[in-house]
Amino acid sequence: MTTHVEFWLNDRRIITDVPDGMLVLDYLRKDRLLTGTKEGCKEGDCGACSVLIGEVVEGVMRYLPVTSCLTPVGEMHGKHVVSIEGLNLPGKLNPVQQAMVERVGAQCGFCTPGFIVSMCWYMMAARETPTLEGFQRAFSGNLCRCTGYAAINRASLDLVADFGPGGKWASIWEAEDRLGALLEAGLLPAYFAEMPRRLSAIGEMEEVPRAEADADFFVAGGTDLYVQKGELLPRSQVKILNRHPEMKGIRQVGDRLHIGALTTFEEFGADPGVAAFIPEIQDYLRLIASLPLRNRATIAGNIINASPIGDMTAIMLALDTTLVFTQGDQTREVELKRFYKGYKTFDKRPGEIMTEMHLALPPQGTAVLFEKVSKRRCLDIATVNSGAKLRISDEGVIEEASLTVGGVAATPLWLEKTGEFLVGKSLTPELLREALKVAHTEMSPISDVRGSADYKRLLATQLLTAHFVKLAGDRVSVEAMLAG
Amino acid sequence: MTNKHIDAELHTRGTSLYVDDVPPPAGMLHAAIYGSPVAHGRVKALHLDKARKAPGVVAIYTAEDVPGENQIGPVLPDEPLLATDVVEYHGHPMAMVVAESDEDARHALTLIEADIEALEVITCPRVAHEAGHILGTPRTFAMGDTAAAFADCDIVVEGRSDVGGQEHLYLETQRARAVPTEGDRLRVYSSTQSPYAVQKACARILGLPTHRVEVDVIRLGGGFGGKEDQATSWACLAALAAHKTGRPTQLVLHRLDDLRMTGKRHPYSADYKIGLSKDGNIQAFEVKHFQNSGAKTDLSLAVLERTLFHSTNSYFIPNVRAYAASCRTNLPPNTAFRGFGGPQGMFVIESAIAHAAEVMGIDRAEIQKKNLIQEGESFPYGQQAERARAVRTWEEAEEGFEVAAWQKDIDAYNAKNTATKKGLAAMPICFGISFTATFLNQASALMHVYTDGSVSLSTGGVEMGQGLSSKLVGIAARALHISPHRIKVETTNTTRIANMSPSAASATTDLNGSATILAADELLGRFRELLARELGVQDAENITFEDERVYYRGELTEWTWEKVVSQAYLSRVALSAHAFFATPNVWFDKQRETGRPFAYHVFGTAWTEVTIDLLRGTYTVDRVRLVHDLGRTINANVDLGQIEGGLAQGIGWMTLEELAFAEDGRLSSFALSTYKVPDGDALPEDIEVRMLEDADNPVGPFGSKAVGEPPLMYGIGTFFALRAALRAAAPDAELAFNAPMTPEKVMLQLHHQRLRTLWEKAPGEATAPVAAGE
Repeated sequence: MTTHVEFWLNDRRIITDVPDGMLVLDYLRKDRLLTGTKEGCKEGDCGACSVLIGEVVEGVMRYLPVTSCLTPVGEMHGKHVVSIEGLNLPGKLNPVQQAMVERVGAQCGFCTPGFIVSMCWYMMAARETPTLEGFQRAFSGNLCRCTGYAAINRASLDLVADFGPGGKWASIWEAEDRLGALLEAGLLPAYFAEMPRRLSAIGEMEEVPRAEADADFFVAGGTDLYVQKGELLPRSQVKILNRHPEMKGIRQVGDRLHIGALTTFEEFGADPGVAAFIPEIQDYLRLIASLPLRNRATIAGNIINASPIGDMTAIMLALDTTLVFTQGDQTREVELKRFYKGYKTFDKRPGEIMTEMHLALPPQGTAVLFEKVSKRRCLDIATVNSGAKLRISDEGVIEEASLTVGGVAATPLWLEKTGEFLVGKSLTPELLREALKVAHTEMSPISDVRGSADYKRLLATQLLTAHFVKLAGDRVSVEAMLAG
Repeated sequence: MTNKHIDAELHTRGTSLYVDDVPPPAGMLHAAIYGSPVAHGRVKALHLDKARKAPGVVAIYTAEDVPGENQIGPVLPDEPLLATDVVEYHGHPMAMVVAESDEDARHALTLIEADIEALEVITCPRVAHEAGHILGTPRTFAMGDTAAAFADCDIVVEGRSDVGGQEHLYLETQRARAVPTEGDRLRVYSSTQSPYAVQKACARILGLPTHRVEVDVIRLGGGFGGKEDQATSWACLAALAAHKTGRPTQLVLHRLDDLRMTGKRHPYSADYKIGLSKDGNIQAFEVKHFQNSGAKTDLSLAVLERTLFHSTNSYFIPNVRAYAASCRTNLPPNTAFRGFGGPQGMFVIESAIAHAAEVMGIDRAEIQKKNLIQEGESFPYGQQAERARAVRTWEEAEEGFEVAAWQKDIDAYNAKNTATKKGLAAMPICFGISFTATFLNQASALMHVYTDGSVSLSTGGVEMGQGLSSKLVGIAARALHISPHRIKVETTNTTRIANMSPSAASATTDLNGSATILAADELLGRFRELLARELGVQDAENITFEDERVYYRGELTEWTWEKVVSQAYLSRVALSAHAFFATPNVWFDKQRETGRPFAYHVFGTAWTEVTIDLLRGTYTVDRVRLVHDLGRTINANVDLGQIEGGLAQGIGWMTLEELAFAEDGRLSSFALSTYKVPDGDALPEDIEVRMLEDADNPVGPFGSKAVGEPPLMYGIGTFFALRAALRAAAPDAELAFNAPMTPEKVMLQLHHQRLRTLWEKAPGEATAPVAAGE
C-alpha cells in the first residue's frame, strides 16, 4: 500500500508515496542522499542513525530523538524530521559542534553525527540548565567504538559551562520563547522558527480504507519488529498503529490506571501518576533501554513480543495488569499473568489488537521494584530480570508479594506459588530462603548466549533477594542472605 | 603544531564522506554474499536457479567465475575468494548475488540453497593442536636455561590462562565500491587499512597487472585492525562484479553478516610455569600459547610472532622458553586487532605473576615492580631495552597517584563493607614499535606545492580515526615552517603512492610522518639553492625558514613562503617531491629467533580500581590512572583520544565483550544485542592520563612515539582489579584466569559454594562448567 505522506525533512517539504514500511534511515540515505545519518547496526543499538522527530504538541514544537533505523516513513506524516544536515548552520558550527571540535570528541567520525543529534536535542529539550549527567542520558543510546566518551564528556562540560548557571547563555532556560532563545544562541538554524506554522498547514492524511486483516504487519514502535523482520517490512502491507493517537495516553479511572497500548516507555515513565507509585521509574528506564528506543518502544509491544526477558513486561506482570483486546466492536480482557501459553505463544486471537491495559493502583505503602542484570549494565537485554510489588507491614508481615522473573522460563514468569508462600508470614532470612526454594520449583532456565542455566538460577535467586533487601534491609540484610 | 583533529568539523556536520556516502554513479549495482550455513563441510551442490530468476538479479557469481586466481591469502595461499569444494567456517563466502538494489540482492540470497555434507567441526585450539591442525610452524623463543633455573627457584607455580577474542565492531561495516573505467581498468573505493593489499588482490583475482587497479581510500569509520587484511575480500568481490558486469558495483556488509563472516581478535589458551626466588625475583618463565587462528592463515602467523615478542611484557626474566602455535579451527579466520597478539601474550605473564603472588601471599604489585626491565637488559628475542622507561612510568604512577594511600583506602573500604568489595591493580605495559616483518617498515610521501603556496600531501597512510591526517598536517607544517592551513592531506591512493604498507602496527605516523619530513626537506633544499641564487650568496646552508619567512644568517629577508613558491615556479624549480623512508636499524633472524625487531618500545603503567556488587555479581570500573610514555607529542588531543580510546577497548575486551560460538561453529553473539561493547556508562568517569615528561624519542618524527596500540593493554589491569575484589570477597574461592571477566563469571566464582544448595536440580537440566568456560 502507498499513501501520500507529507512531512518536512529539515528545511524541505516532502510529499512522498514510498512504502509505509520503508525506514526513515533508508529514505534519508538512498532517496534523499542525506548521508550524514549513518547506518551502524540497523537494530537500534548504536545510535549512529539518530534523528529528531518534531511535532506540534499543544501548540508548541516538541522534538524527540529516535533511531531512524527502526522508524517507518509512513509515520512521518505531519512531522518534522531533522537529520544532522538540518541542524547545520550556514557557514559556521553550532555550539555543540564547536565544543566537540575543540575537545576532539570525534575520531573516526562515523558515530559523531548521532552524538551531535542527541546532544543538540538535549539543548533543545532540557527543562533546566544543562548538566553533564543530562548530556550523558541524552547520548546514552550512542556508541562510540573509538572510543571517545571521555572527550565527549569534556565537550559536554564545556557546554555546561557556557549554558549553565553563570554561563554566557544561561538565560536560555528562563526565556519564555525557548525556540527564539535557542535561535539567538546559534543552536538551531533560523528555519526552525517556521516549523510550527509549516506543520500546522499539513492536513490530515487520507488513509486508504482497508480491512485491518489485509495488513501483513501491525507496526507500533517497531523497535523489535524491525530488528526481526526489517528486510520484509518495506515489501509488506503494514498498518501503522501510531496513526491512531486514541490508543495513547494514561488516565486514572477510579482506583485503576488505564494505559493506552501505544504508550511508550518514556511516556509511561514521565507520567506523574506512574511516578507516584514507582518513584524509581527513571532509574529503571535507564537500565531498560536508551532514550531513542524508549521514545519508540511501546508497553503493549513489549508484552506482545512475548520475550521471556521483556523488561517492561516484568514490571507490568508484577503490577497484575489486565490487557484489553479489540476486534471491530468486540472487546475482551485477559489477565497478563494468564496471557502467555508457551514460548512466544499467547492468548491473542487473529485480528485482535491490544488497545489498552489497566491495573489497580497499589495501596499506600506498596513498593514496586525492578531488578535487572545484563552483561552491560545499560542498554542490554537482560540475562535475568525481576519485578516485584511488595507490601510489608511495620511488624514485618508480608501483606502482598507479587513477584516476577524473566529469563528463567519460556515465558515471563509470575511466581504464583512463591507469592502464596510468602503472604501472611513474617519476613526473616530463613523465610526468604525457604521462599527462594519455592521459587526455584517454578523456574526452568536454559543455557544460552545470555548465560548458563546455573547462572540464571543464581541470578534469579539474587534478584528476588535484592527486592527484599532494598525494601527491608533491616530484616534481611545482604550479609545474612549471602551467608546462606 | 596543531592540536586539532582536522576532520572534526566535517564529522560534526555529517559531511565527511565514507565509501557509500559518495553519491552513487548511475546504474550502480549492489552485491550481497551467500555464506556457508555450516562451519565445515563438503559442498555437494549449490542451487542458484531460483535466485537467478528473482527480481532485480543481474548475475550470481561463484568460484568458477573468477577469471584470475581464486586466491586472496595475504601470507600463505590458503584462502580462496569464494569457496570451492569445501567450506571451513560458518559464513564462508560461497556465492555473490549482484542485483539492481541491495534489497533485491538480499532477497535473492534467501532463495539460494546449498547441499553440504557436514564434516567435523573444531572450535577449540587445544583440540586442533592435538589433532595436528597447525598453520605454519610453531615457534619458540628462548633465553637462558629454564629447566636449570626452575630447579633453583624457591617457588614454582603452573597454571592455565584463557583469553577470549574480540569483535572489532568498527561502526562502519566492511564495504567497497568498484567502478570500471576503461580497457579492463578499475577504480576501487575501499574501506581498507591496506590499499596496496586490495590493489594486489583485485588484480590477482581478475588476472590483471597491478597497475590496472586503482584503489582510493578517503577514510574509515573505524578499523582497529579489522580492515588490515579483511577488507580485501569484499573489495575483490565488488571488483569481480564490476569487472564482469561492466557496471559500478557496491558491496556493503550488513552488520549481522559482518559479525558472522569476518575474523576477530584471536582467542588464546595457554599453559604457564613461573619460577621465583622467595624475595619475588622471577627466575624463569615457560609458556605454551595455543592460538585459535580460525580456518585460514590470514595474518595469524604474524600475530603469533607478536604474542611471543610480548610474552614477558615489561619484565626482565633471565630464563624464558615461550612456545606458540597457530591452531586451525572452524571459526572465521581471526585477524589483526589493536595489539596484534601482544595483549594475549601479556595476559598470560600477568596471570602467572598474579598466581605466584597469591601462592606466596605477597602483593602482586611487589613482584611486578621488582622485575621491571631496566636499561640494557635483554628481551627473550635478543633486543636490549634502550631508553627503558618501565621503572620511570611505574614510579611516577606510584608516587603521583599516591598508590600506597589509595590501597589503604581500598583495604579500609573492604573491611567496612560487606555488600560490595573493591579491588586495585597495576598494569605496566611495554610494546615494541615497528612491523615485525621488517620489510614492511617503509613508506613514501608525495608532496606538491601549488603556486599559491597551498600544499597537497599524499602518503600511504590511511585515516581511520586515529588522527593520522591531523598529525601529518602538523608534521608537514612544522617541516615546511608554514601554517597548517596551507596543507591538505589527500585520499590514500595507489596511483600516487605505490607498494604501501598497511596502516597498522601503530607505525603509520612514524613511517609516513618521517617520509613527509624527508619530502619537505627535499623541497626546502631546492628552495635554499634558489634563494642563494636570488640573494647572491654561496652559503645556502645559512638560509633558514620560520613561520613562512626566510632568514639568512639569522636575519629576516623579504622572502615569504608565497614569494619563494612563486619564484620557484617561474625559475622552473620542481615544486613536487617524492620521498621514501625506511626505518633504520631493525632486523630479525627467524632461524635463530633473535634480532632487533623494534625501533623502540613504548612504556607505561596504569592503576585500575573496581567495585563488585556481591549480591548481583555486577561491577563498575571506578577509576583508571596512568602514566604513559609518548615521547614528545605531535598532537596532544589526538594522543589523549588514542590513549583513552585504547584503554576503553581494553576494558571492554576484559569485561563484557564476550564472543560466544556454539559447538557447531556458529557465532551465538551474532548481533549488537548479544555482543556488547562499552557504552559511556560502562567506562570509568575518572580517567587520569599523565604523559611522561622529558621523554624524547630520537627515532620518531620530531621526537614522538607511536600511540595506537599500547594503551589497549592498560585494560588488562581491569581483569586483575576484578580478581583482587573477588579475592577480598571470597579469599578461598577458586578463581580462574579466564577473560573476559563477565558478570556471569564474577557471580559463579563468588557463589560457587552455594550453587548446589540453593535448589534441587531439575532432571536433565544442563550444568555449565563453573568458571572454566571455553
